[in-house]
Amino acid sequence: MTTTKGFATEAATSPTTPIVHLEDCGKSYGNIQALRGVSLSVRQGEITCVLGDNGAGKSTLIKIIAGLHDYTSGRMSVNGEERHFSSPRESLDSGIATVYQDLALAPLMSVWRNFFLGNEITKAPFGRLDSATMKRIAAEELSKMGISIPNLEQPVGKLSGGQRQCVAIARAIYFGAKVLILDEPTAALGVSQSGVVLKYVVKARDAGIGVIFITHNPHHAYLVGNHFVVLKLGRVALDVHRADITLEQLTTEMAGGSELEALSHELRNVNPDLVVDPAQVAESGVQDDPVEPAEDNGPEKKEGP
Amino acid sequence: MASTITSPATPDDRVSTRSISARLLSRPEIGSLVGAAVILVFFLITAAPFRDIDNTGTILYQAALIGVMAVPVSLLMIGGEFDLSAGVAVTTSGLTAGLLAYQFSLNVWIGVLAALVFSLLIGAFNGWLLMRTGLPSFLVTLGTFFILQGLNIAVTRIASGAVASNSISDMDGFSAAHAVFASEFKLGGITIKIIIVWWVVFVAIAGWVLLKTKIGNWIFAVGGDAAAARAVGVPVKKVKIGLFMAVGFFAWFTGMQLLFNSNGVVQSGEGVGKEFLYIIAAVVGGCLLTGGYGSVVGAAVGALIFGMVQLGVVYAGWNPDWFKAFLGAMLLLATIVNLVVKNKAEAR
Repeated sequence: MTTTKGFATEAATSPTTPIVHLEDCGKSYGNIQALRGVSLSVRQGEITCVLGDNGAGKSTLIKIIAGLHDYTSGRMSVNGEERHFSSPRESLDSGIATVYQDLALAPLMSVWRNFFLGNEITKAPFGRLDSATMKRIAAEELSKMGISIPNLEQPVGKLSGGQRQCVAIARAIYFGAKVLILDEPTAALGVSQSGVVLKYVVKARDAGIGVIFITHNPHHAYLVGNHFVVLKLGRVALDVHRADITLEQLTTEMAGGSELEALSHELRNVNPDLVVDPAQVAESGVQDDPVEPAEDNGPEKKEGP
Repeated sequence: MASTITSPATPDDRVSTRSISARLLSRPEIGSLVGAAVILVFFLITAAPFRDIDNTGTILYQAALIGVMAVPVSLLMIGGEFDLSAGVAVTTSGLTAGLLAYQFSLNVWIGVLAALVFSLLIGAFNGWLLMRTGLPSFLVTLGTFFILQGLNIAVTRIASGAVASNSISDMDGFSAAHAVFASEFKLGGITIKIIIVWWVVFVAIAGWVLLKTKIGNWIFAVGGDAAAARAVGVPVKKVKIGLFMAVGFFAWFTGMQLLFNSNGVVQSGEGVGKEFLYIIAAVVGGCLLTGGYGSVVGAAVGALIFGMVQLGVVYAGWNPDWFKAFLGAMLLLATIVNLVVKNKAEAR
């Protein structure tokens, strides 16, 4: 992960105006407020990490920016203009591309068909697909990103999870995304595959793209992020620049911070004999990765009507 | 994993490693082609009349009657949906044209065009209701299946007082429409029904659209993963509604063949159960019931298998009662062959 070195300085030198700016944004489904008063700025060449537990509102937030849902309060501006997206197409046309964790690609379709899905290149007569050109471009773009897929005719379902994410990211970059939303790109991946994906995230940033990196892994976030936003119960609990926080602080914040403290007291009161004192665990070296176990993202998908 | 990451400058030389035979085997229609060859040889050996060149036209005609509808049904299945109302919709279209033309003493062509509009509307309604409610297409089209089946019989009885539509064979425009939908010609001693020609044309066009156009790409995508397709900007609703309307169009065409081939009379109870034959043709042809994979050419081969088996059983002198059992066994066998071939090809 040597690629992440030295970007703190770069971040400090690129304080451009935000491409996407959310101000006091909210979304309610009936009487449930999934998102309340969220403010967020995405700038070019910067990675904004959005962290939060399941149900914290991460999905709702990206669905608003990606055009899958409209927001119900506050305002969102894209390139300085107030916008309400009514479909993902509108969001895409504004230069916002979203790479979803689970619905990025059609599994039974070939790599090159997926790469150009929704943006097919056609030629005369009858607007037929220019498959030769599309295969060539797909191969070029993928190798430019440093990813090599031997057979572009092979169905995407045959690729590894990391490769799939990379195809989706390369596709978004090729089609001129100015903002790239990555929804938990490393959640379902092993360590080395996560590393591969994180490398592309950095490449995307270096290409001048504003990246929104959704994750609940503070370690991954801290490796690449310039800016951290922690969501809790639909509100922004923390909004901080990289220079102002350490990995330990971010990890604690993600793990629940003071809430965790209170919980341990509570548990101790229930049955003192059965609860290990957190301090003792720390000494035996287990506390290093309090949020490391791969969390199931399932319940969060169910929010909304 | 690390091995797949090469430096950008390294050219990829692994592309050519997949052999032609592996690529051929990975085509969805390959299982049905093998099946068709086996069945052809089987009946050539066991059924003497099968070898008679005169009967080729009859076999192809039987295949085309199913095959024309198998075109849109396979496209729809690749798009992730299926249509149980497809069988009776054919009858509805034939009845609409026949009854309208007769009752209002119109030129036959006006009835034909009205039937086209009505068939497209039925398709659009199926698709719209599906998209609006998010219900499975099984339920939605099961509903339209019964509605149309009931309407066919009830409206026909009100209009004509019988269970069949009145004959329109002596009305204006009948002979021209007959020439388009139900004429026949001789080709080297074989009597070819015009619908066979249309069938080949439809398969060629639909097969080309599916593999070589943007729309085809979108059909695969909405069937493979509708959410992913929507997220990259594919108009999922339009594609699915369009597919149901394509079923409507071909139901109209088959309905017209039904009407003009039987002297302008359509039996109102006709068509029930045909929807499954279309689905069988598509599945035997390699379409995945869950969507996202399949072939129009395969569905045509599936329909050809149907035609060969249906007449082969008769030509072999067996009791035709056995036909359905044979058909069911064929379906299971073809599905298993498809599965095995597909898994093998993908593993290479």
